[in-house]
Amino acid sequence: MSKKQVSLFNDYTKGVWDQNPVFKQVLGMCPALAVTVSAMNGIAMALATTFVLVFSSFIISLIRKLIPSQVRIASYIVVIATFVTIVDLVMRAQFPELSKELGPYIPLIVVNCLILGRQEAFSSKNNPFRSVLDALGMGTGFLIALASLGAIRELFGSRSILGVQLLPDAFEPWLIMILPAGAFLTLGLMMGGLNAMILRRKRREEADILSKHIPKTYVAASEGQEV
Amino acid sequence: MSSVTVTEAPTGQELLLSTSPHLHSRWTTKQLMWFVVLALVPCVISSVVYFGFYQLVIITTAVVFAAGTEALIQYLTKKPVTISDGSAVITGLLLGLIVPPYFSPAFTALGAVFAIAVGKMVFGGLGYNIFNPALVGRAFLQAAFPVAITTWTIPQFAVDAVSKATPLAAFKFDNVVTPLTPLVVGNVGGSLGETSAIAVLIGGIFLLVTGVANWRIPAAMIVGMLLFGGVLWLLDPAAPDPVFHIFAGSFLFAAMFMASDYVSSPVTGTGMWIYGLGISLVTVLIRVYGGLPEGVMYSILFMNAFVPLINRYTQPKLFGEGKA
Repeated sequence: MSKKQVSLFNDYTKGVWDQNPVFKQVLGMCPALAVTVSAMNGIAMALATTFVLVFSSFIISLIRKLIPSQVRIASYIVVIATFVTIVDLVMRAQFPELSKELGPYIPLIVVNCLILGRQEAFSSKNNPFRSVLDALGMGTGFLIALASLGAIRELFGSRSILGVQLLPDAFEPWLIMILPAGAFLTLGLMMGGLNAMILRRKRREEADILSKHIPKTYVAASEGQEV
Repeated sequence: MSSVTVTEAPTGQELLLSTSPHLHSRWTTKQLMWFVVLALVPCVISSVVYFGFYQLVIITTAVVFAAGTEALIQYLTKKPVTISDGSAVITGLLLGLIVPPYFSPAFTALGAVFAIAVGKMVFGGLGYNIFNPALVGRAFLQAAFPVAITTWTIPQFAVDAVSKATPLAAFKFDNVVTPLTPLVVGNVGGSLGETSAIAVLIGGIFLLVTGVANWRIPAAMIVGMLLFGGVLWLLDPAAPDPVFHIFAGSFLFAAMFMASDYVSSPVTGTGMWIYGLGISLVTVLIRVYGGLPEGVMYSILFMNAFVPLINRYTQPKLFGEGKA
């Protein structure tokens, strides 16, 4: 029983960090690079994507045994497109300004490889409950990535985060940060930084293991004991 | 524990790429780098003469921040601090010489930090960078502060006929051709070190005579400019003549000090010719048909990306290899 709980929890958390869609799987790059000129845009994009992801994962997981494998991709796209249409229409009605700013990238969620990838890799093989957990995890990971990317670009590109000015007027905004080149630079440096951090932690763990086991062996050997 | 750490990081010398037969150089890397610094002194002097002593602040800021960034990153990553080899000083000096007069020292510092951190150290330091670090810094500044970096101050004793922005901008936007004499002397608008062809040539010829810079790349760039610039000039009367192309803007400066950078240029003789000709071709195309008045920076960065490919396809055939 306990084992099952751990793995359910893991279904959710793996998307947040170990398999983060942006930093680890490098999926969904198009929205990650294109709309993250501000933290708000990043968050809105991630929430819209998460909504589509969760509901399509749920539906596709429910009907996974009814879909013939020859036409599965087309079936996934039909389901995904339905939810994207809902998001698009709701955003146009409720948040017209945000919708205008995100422009064609909302309808383009249909072809987001993250969503299609989760259906192919997870929902088509697991029960609806796990699929929803997986989708929520991936959505959270996507949200963290897009919000941080957007916040960094907004901070240096327009001196503020979420519209709140944080840097003084004397700070000249770096125009490059709100240009596409700034998105590539920021994402590349973030990925590099994260990988360096992970590498360092791994090396430290390895060194710990070595220092725990090797000296004992040496000590034992030096004292003439049988190892 | 000592038995565990047996692997050593490869030193730069083990990875030197060149085609045989190998000829031992008279100079060490350190000596070569300081020769380049020496060769840049005439350009520093010309910038002070034409734009005033304030320019020394900009140049010093760039050098200090470039060397400081390199030292800091090497200290933080626990690698030997090698700023005494002069390569970071050169990057700073070059960056300081390719920004406009009276450019903000804060922006210059940011450019220097970016040049070293992202242009060089991210790739692993000296000898590993794909792109010329100083140009990476300049390209970043160009994209981050497009207005500040195209605000030109006119030289102190400019004559009226040439007091319009830079010669290339004057040609592109107002169709005014700057006469050759001010271009050679350097009495025109432009980045700190690039305006005076005389100062650039003194430093450049020093590098070529001492063998610090390979003559093939500057030669290929000038031949390429005469060739491609000449062809365009003959075909299209609106295009400037090739001699103007060579003396205007940063072309000569880049040919002597930027394109001949060891790390980001090809290692084979044929490769150097292809590289130099390619830079000229892209420069002419940007200058004549592009939106920007000057294209040397982007053309060098563009050709930097092709260097590994050029190296691969210009390897000489082994003796007795036959037709592949």
